[in-house]
Amino acid sequence: MEPVLKVEGLKKYFPVRSLMRTVAWVKAVDGVSFEIMPGETFGLVGESGCGKTTTGRTILRLIEPTEGKITFKGRDVTQLKGKDLLWFRRHAQIMFQDPYSSLDPRQTVFNIIMEPVKFHGIEVDDPEEFVIKLLESVGLNEMHLYRYPHEFSGGQRQRIALAKILALQPDFVVLDEPTSALDVSVQANILNTLKELQRKHGFSYLFISHDLGVVKYMSHRMGVMYLGKLVEVGPAEKIFENPLHPYTQMLLSAIPIPDPELARQKKRMEVKGEPPSPINPPEGCHFHPRCPLAKAGLCDKKEPPLVEVEKDHYVACWLYAKA
Amino acid sequence: MPEPIVEIKNLSVYFYTYAGVVKAIEDVSFDIYRGETLALVGETGCGKSVTSRAITKLIESPGKIVNGQVIYHRDDGSTVDLLKLSDEGIREIRGNEIAYIFQDPHSSLDPLYTVGYQIGEAMEVHGKVRNIKEGIAKAVNILREVLIPDPENRVKNYPHELSGGMKQRVVIGIGVANNPRLLIADEPTTALDVTVQAQILELLNELKRKYNATVLLITHNLGVVAETAQRVVVMYAGKVVEIGTVDQIFHNPLHPYTTALLRAVPNPLGKIEKLESIPGTVPNLITPPKGCRFHPRCPFAEERCRKEVPKLKEIEPGHFVACHRY
Ligand SMILES: Nc1ncnc2c1ncn2[C@@H]1O[C@H](COP(=O)(O)OP(=O)(O)OP(=O)(O)O)[C@@H](O)[C@H]1O
Ligand SMILES: Nc1ncnc2c1ncn2[C@@H]1O[C@H](COP(=O)(O)OP(=O)(O)OP(=O)(O)O)[C@@H](O)[C@H]1O
Ligand code: SF4
Ligand code: SF4
Ligand SMILES: [Mg+2]
Ligand SMILES: [Mg+2]
Repeated sequence: MEPVLKVEGLKKYFPVRSLMRTVAWVKAVDGVSFEIMPGETFGLVGESGCGKTTTGRTILRLIEPTEGKITFKGRDVTQLKGKDLLWFRRHAQIMFQDPYSSLDPRQTVFNIIMEPVKFHGIEVDDPEEFVIKLLESVGLNEMHLYRYPHEFSGGQRQRIALAKILALQPDFVVLDEPTSALDVSVQANILNTLKELQRKHGFSYLFISHDLGVVKYMSHRMGVMYLGKLVEVGPAEKIFENPLHPYTQMLLSAIPIPDPELARQKKRMEVKGEPPSPINPPEGCHFHPRCPLAKAGLCDKKEPPLVEVEKDHYVACWLYAKA
Repeated sequence: MPEPIVEIKNLSVYFYTYAGVVKAIEDVSFDIYRGETLALVGETGCGKSVTSRAITKLIESPGKIVNGQVIYHRDDGSTVDLLKLSDEGIREIRGNEIAYIFQDPHSSLDPLYTVGYQIGEAMEVHGKVRNIKEGIAKAVNILREVLIPDPENRVKNYPHELSGGMKQRVVIGIGVANNPRLLIADEPTTALDVTVQAQILELLNELKRKYNATVLLITHNLGVVAETAQRVVVMYAGKVVEIGTVDQIFHNPLHPYTTALLRAVPNPLGKIEKLESIPGTVPNLITPPKGCRFHPRCPFAEERCRKEVPKLKEIEPGHFVACHRY
């Protein structure tokens, strides 16, 4: 089977300007590669500022990549123009974190959902019935048709955003922290809806979150990001059972477990330092100043390559690679 | 027998808004035991912050404490109802014997003053130091205590020169500056990354041990509760619905809301078959549902639940629940 999306060596650098001159670069995404298969969810985790959102937006060409190749359904996304770009814009969608700013407050739910449908020239026989069906598939109903966004709760707004995406019948959706602004009970609801829609329509998701529990629940495979780079990639089950990269181990040990018994038994690892700035990231392995296992003379000098340690489980760390 | 440091009794706080009277919390009662970490949990708007602020009358207009008592037991054995104190009297206690740490370091720190000045000022206000100069000098020790590297120089920094995690450490520093007996931490780690959160929670635990203080920890993160608290108070729509030890709450939840809440949280180390969601939405507190406020969303609701407000009952030692099923 062909992947829906293939990302190779993706880079996005933002200029840091001072007095009209570029004085440095923020290496927000710095050489990221992964694939997503049809019907698969690829989770992307990491702490604030590690480059998750930039990865998602660059893939969709909402911002232009600095370097790298993005292949969507066999076509090179960076080369798309005109009608082909429009085709891509329809089949690859994004859902944002903030349920308040992502919907036009002056439009009714009906118009919000129909606007992109018209824009893409998708024919529908009975628009009203079409929108009602969509609303029903995300747990809303025809009562909501002519209401405005401010009349809905955060969770309901995320459902409207979801219905709007569904209307275009995409193959791939970037979900950028779709539930972080919501309460847990509402979050569970949205996550279950996303899973059900995937089962029904075969969507592929790039699921971005800093909540490891949520990522585990949603993802088939996942990647752990640190300062613009993927440090570990593999099946979600494997990474949670047997995290190999010291950063992944630190992250898993830091995450609070909602079970006092498991929390007491949990392997604890001292959490050192704070994530450094992506403007002047540390040399060699970016994680070395915080890593308890860092080897002086190697980790602080040379960047470790991403190597396959067990089947389909990749790690970028000198503990697993030959220097 | 655990001995209480604070007893909250029948506390009600209303907000008088144009849209109507928001009954933010109603008839809230629970004890905080000396030396424990007690977690107050529940979803957005359930009244956690209002409850914790009302303890020292920190409720501003249009809000009003309409009923209740907050009995504070001093170290010397004397007691006082904090709600009966004058503004002057409560100000002597707030920031001193009872101190707060708020979620957002931006709003707790003044951008115009150095962090040393702000810690020093907190001490000066309560007469712990003779003047601000002595306060700033002592602030160096406090910064060291909250594990800020290079405190001699950091003391001269302005808030914007510090990372989010560092700022929150400073806020904690201000909180513990006067050696409080009760530290009220309102979502102290919600704005932080998980690794920084782990460090801050560890720090709070250590300071608590060192000062032999009591902590009221407000959070909506059940993971944080399980890892840091000994006891838990669960709130829903302005009411306390369940109280128990962490093991009672997590392994033997009684209230249908607590049960549902626990099933909605994905556990990254546990097996997750299917998350359960709670149908419906949180009620508005201007016209809250009659009887049990959870009844419109409760799978076990019956006639009685729609009419009668369930009272907190002790089901096993230390485990209280407000539900007609028990
Ligand atoms: N338009 C921009 N101009 C300059 N820098 C940017 C821009 N967008 C993002 N950055 C920087 O790139 C880095 C990665 O940001 P990004 O938003 O991708 O992180 P993230 O992993 O999504 O974080 P979060 O969890 O906080 O959402 C950060 O250092 C950020 O400040
Ligand atoms: N100034 C105010 N005016 C009107 N209503 C208010 C005001 N402050 C709080 N409330 C109401 O009181 C109720 C309880 O609010 P509170 O801030 O205690 O919730 P919370 O549990 O701390 O929520 P969160 O998790 O979002 O912090 C809410 O319904 C809120 O709308
Ligand atoms: S490469 Fe070295 S510093 Fe980096 S994670 Fe591995 S052991 Fe630690
Ligand atoms: S009192 Fe009734 S409605 Fe309320 S939680 Fe118990 S069973 Fe449900
Ligand atoms: Mg982001
Ligand atoms: Mg609050």
